[in-house]
Amino acid sequence: MSHPVAPATGGGRIRTPLPFPTAAKPAVADTQLRANLHRATRTIRAKRARVVDEVPDWEALRDAGSAIKADVQRRLPELLEQFEASATAAGATVHWARDAAEACRIVVALTRATGADEVVKVKSMATQEIELNEALEAAGIAAYETDLAELIVQLGDDTPSHILVPAIHYNRAQIREIFQRRMADAPADLSDEPAALAEAARAHLRRRFLSARVAVSGANFAVADTGTLVVVESEGNGRMCLTLPETLISVVGVEKLLPTFTDLEVFLQLLPRSSTGERMNPYTSMWTGVTPGDGPQDVHIVLVDNGRSAVLADPVGRPALSCIRCSACLNVCPVYERAGGHAYGSVYPGPIGAILSPQLTGVADNASLPYASTLCGACYDVCPVKINIPEILVHLRQQAPHPPVERAAMRVLSWVMRSPRRWAAALRLARAGAGPLGAYRERRTGARTLRRLPWPASAWTRSRDLPLPAPQTFREWWGKQ
Amino acid sequence: MVGKAVSARDEILARLRTALADSPPPVQVPRGYRRVDHRSDVIETLVDRLEDYRAVVHRGIDALPRLLGAVDRLAVPTDVPANWLAGYAGEVHRDAPPLSPAALDDLDAVLTGCAVVVADTGTIILDAGPTQGRRALTLVPDRHICVVRTDQVVGLLPEALTRLDPHAPLTWISGPSATSDIELNRVEGVHGPRRLEVVLISPDDEVVPAGGSGV
Repeated sequence: MSHPVAPATGGGRIRTPLPFPTAAKPAVADTQLRANLHRATRTIRAKRARVVDEVPDWEALRDAGSAIKADVQRRLPELLEQFEASATAAGATVHWARDAAEACRIVVALTRATGADEVVKVKSMATQEIELNEALEAAGIAAYETDLAELIVQLGDDTPSHILVPAIHYNRAQIREIFQRRMADAPADLSDEPAALAEAARAHLRRRFLSARVAVSGANFAVADTGTLVVVESEGNGRMCLTLPETLISVVGVEKLLPTFTDLEVFLQLLPRSSTGERMNPYTSMWTGVTPGDGPQDVHIVLVDNGRSAVLADPVGRPALSCIRCSACLNVCPVYERAGGHAYGSVYPGPIGAILSPQLTGVADNASLPYASTLCGACYDVCPVKINIPEILVHLRQQAPHPPVERAAMRVLSWVMRSPRRWAAALRLARAGAGPLGAYRERRTGARTLRRLPWPASAWTRSRDLPLPAPQTFREWWGKQ
Repeated sequence: MVGKAVSARDEILARLRTALADSPPPVQVPRGYRRVDHRSDVIETLVDRLEDYRAVVHRGIDALPRLLGAVDRLAVPTDVPANWLAGYAGEVHRDAPPLSPAALDDLDAVLTGCAVVVADTGTIILDAGPTQGRRALTLVPDRHICVVRTDQVVGLLPEALTRLDPHAPLTWISGPSATSDIELNRVEGVHGPRRLEVVLISPDDEVVPAGGSGV
């Protein structure tokens, strides 16, 4: 090929169907949801803070993690080729998918080739992103989610609302209700104790695990120099899926690479403490191709672009590909805590979703998401790979389409503010224009502000007060002294 | 030859190369984090971390007969050391020929060794090497009794990685199966073994390879 091939945006469940403020409105008004989210995020924030504080070299680990990921992005094409060669040499078959639809076609074809009409699934953001369950169902293949939270969401005919805990929006009583309604073998006297609910899920999935022939997983990390895939989990459903079936199909975003096996020493310290707030998650599985006599003998890896090349093409937005899906940024975000995950439309909610989804689809298709933030910066502070989320949010806001009136107003404002003389004149004019209104409002309400402006400025004052000009500027006051 | 389809592989790699047209500068990875642990109380740290995640810790090879006394049907890897089973009166199910998942599900417990253990995080690493067997063996039975030699314990995770073969199937275990999916509270016991018991033995405890006379 002589001509360059342009990076391409992706499809799947990464587009918000409604603008964020519209989508967030019902969630913000739902007091039960607000209570559930507040409780869950407060719990996890405290757990994370405790286990991060006990690591004396946490900042050094973050620096290393951030640099390793930057190196991966810089060398992504060569590392992918190296990974493919290593994994193939170890007995895996590597497939490539340009977008969500192609990835789904590959998984459907691989499953059909085994003759199986059902698959067991390990929780995976990539397969949620490409809407694999829907594609399998359309092909007559039943997909069974085996992670507890994914099972709850699937039985509730719902969509995930959190990267780590897709059912974070439900409390225990709601989960019990879903199990009793949709799980045929749930005990009649099922209580809402988390231990009893976990026991019900164990019994429900046991037979399915022991007889499954095909499993579908994602991967937390893909190691270029060895061809190893890594899945980090808690319940053992991952181990069941990765060990017992004959065929294992793993759907992996191209950004998941690490250069060397040794680099896992950084990420396996950063990830568990940042995500579940544990020193280490209960189970981590690593496999390299096929091991004769141990685990699946038919091992496939589907490497997916689906918009990642478009993210890589933006030097400012590129670090969004460093994300290891820990969800620490969701748990500290004041916007996420109030709006919940569904308001973001995409499978990637919260601060990371607000920068990742618009870049995967092109900013025009997710233009409201970069504004779903107060820019408080808490997400940057907790990010284990130091993604400067506020900086990328501002960058994307600049790229989002703006209405002509707003653009014209900003051009005028920019012209006025470029000159001290024009700016001082504008202030004098504004004060004259406001007249005695400021003093009047101050007498009436105790503040020199307006609550409501006429249309179209009413859009601005819907959630803010407009401050009126002060009686004198600082420079005027200084001049008199 | 016009219209020859470009493979997805070549197209994706070409897209990524175009995306890197700005030629980002080389990255030097700062590795200022701890790679070796110098603390002297590694074993005490390990016990603390294991118990924090509800694993039960026993000390000394002498604890084994008492533990196994309560197990009727025991799965073991083919190379289980004979002295681990000394005096055991229950049924021993060796994984040769390989036990089916359903057969493993009928057993009460599995007894294995391990490859490396990380004290700092309470993590037991299995690499399908000696005394460990294949992965399914330690997964399906509801109780895992794991023998850890103190010379297999390292302080920090980076020390453990240097002892592992990346090409082996690796299982890292930190406490029994658990979930935090309901209101983000940790609950022990979902699909993996719900009981994890660790027997700490000294490297001097004689390891005698088992004969071929399993039940």
